Amino acid sequence: MNPDECRAACLICMGLVLVLSIFVGFEVISKVPARLHTPLMSGSNAISGITLVGAIIAAGTAEGILSIILGTLAVTFATVNVVGGYMVTDRMLKMFKPKKDEGKVCE
Amino acid sequence: MRVTLLINLVYIASAIMFIYGLKLLTSPVTARRGNFISAVGMFLAVVVTLASEDIIDYKLIALGVIVGGLIGGFFARLVQMTQMPEMVALFNGFGGIASLLVGWATYHALGLYNLFIMTTLFLAVLIGGVTFSGSIIAWGKLSEMITGKPVLFRGQTILNGLIFVCALMGGSFFIANPAEGYPVLIGIIILSLLLGVLVVIPIGGADMPVVISLLNSYSGIAACSAGLAISNNILIVSGALVGASGIILTNVMCKAMNRSLYNVLFGGFGAVTKEAGASFEGEVKAISPEDTYYILEAACSAVIVPGYGIAVAQAQHAVRELADLLEENGAEVRYAIHPVAGRMPGHMNVLLAEADVPYEKLIEMEEINRSIANIDVCVVVGANDIVNPAAREDASSSIYGMPIIEVDRAKTVIVLKRSMAPGFAGIDNSLFYKENTRMLFGDAKSSIEAVVSQFKSV
Repeated sequence: MNPDECRAACLICMGLVLVLSIFVGFEVISKVPARLHTPLMSGSNAISGITLVGAIIAAGTAEGILSIILGTLAVTFATVNVVGGYMVTDRMLKMFKPKKDEGKVCE
Repeated sequence: MRVTLLINLVYIASAIMFIYGLKLLTSPVTARRGNFISAVGMFLAVVVTLASEDIIDYKLIALGVIVGGLIGGFFARLVQMTQMPEMVALFNGFGGIASLLVGWATYHALGLYNLFIMTTLFLAVLIGGVTFSGSIIAWGKLSEMITGKPVLFRGQTILNGLIFVCALMGGSFFIANPAEGYPVLIGIIILSLLLGVLVVIPIGGADMPVVISLLNSYSGIAACSAGLAISNNILIVSGALVGASGIILTNVMCKAMNRSLYNVLFGGFGAVTKEAGASFEGEVKAISPEDTYYILEAACSAVIVPGYGIAVAQAQHAVRELADLLEENGAEVRYAIHPVAGRMPGHMNVLLAEADVPYEKLIEMEEINRSIANIDVCVVVGANDIVNPAAREDASSSIYGMPIIEVDRAKTVIVLKRSMAPGFAGIDNSLFYKENTRMLFGDAKSSIEAVVSQFKSV
């Protein structure tokens, strides 16, 4: 393949990944019950911190002062999102407890 | 080359773990494990990225990770459950600004421009910027640092439209002239930040659940655009998952308020004060804690309907104590949860879980409405609009058609309320005048405690 064909194939591949992920997302998330919507939100918030991966690449390959500042700031913000998001979701889910025993029934 | 292959293989594993983690979130039993699996997926993705051959300097990455990790961990430990919406709003904003910065840094370092990269970069910067400043405003409104009331001015929609068109025009220039696009990029960043402020500021505090759901979705879309720009599959997958999740939640919230997204975003709901013209038949019947005790003591089935007022009064624990006493007394006690009870989707469930209420007792609106006519007593604590029968009966009401918990159909309703003041929607509630309704006036927490002490003194 020449470089142009290669690039086209790469774009189509990414498009495919994008479309399939959207479908999987809708399929899986629409099954999350309303009572877990807050943890879902903070958990998915943590997942959106995946920008950290992009930020690491940007910060690690940066040359020049502006690039370095931008990359490092991006890493910081994304890490807040990831660490905070997962920790607070865990804190919430820890509180969801099942019923211990069956109470008396009224006559 | 071999490292790149390894990185991409690990990304596939991470994507599987994210999806599987979300799948486990469908039940409270497995949810915690799901979150853990998702976190492991994230950890792997980050670690393997560090192995990339392109990375020349680790010091600043380490600095960013340590500072960010400390701030994130600090927030996560200290935040009150009532403050969850603010925190999620703030974190959405951080996700947005990170995508913007990644887009900017990528452009700065870019040697080879092409149409596709430029377009996705532009989208990452634009959406990231709107998400950031919009989230900061939402955070300010939720934490009451700025007014929760809609801020409206003449020509607002037109101004927003103009800014959006300018941003798009700037975007097309940026995409068409990548080499001299730098000043334009700065302009786009400024416009996107401005746009985020202007679109969120006219939205009232009560509509914030919709807004943070939507911003959640935007933060995903921004990450996804950044992923497309740097050809990174894991960013594309995760961004799309979050985007989908935010859109689903936005939809759930809009349905629960019987409003369209357009109406939420441009309606300025709650800004206009409704004239209190409607008068209701019947009279308001106040009740004492003592008489409340007699009613509850005789009840075989009780349903507690909490609203956000329960959190404001910090009455969750007192309510749980009352419920325990009722159960000891032989009654069946459940909690009816309206989808918009609280400040974000599912918020009330978290607040009650914190007060040790088992999740099986939390019943969703549709389910409780099916059997509510057989319930002996409904206790409404700190809720108003979500139990207003006007949504069913009064076609002229602004909340007409909104799904409600139909407590007025229960045998007896006890409403705990500070005064007769209306709720967020600014409308009077005919429930308070119904034959089977009793009003227990006062602070929710002290009222409940008074009833509890009646139980204990017997």
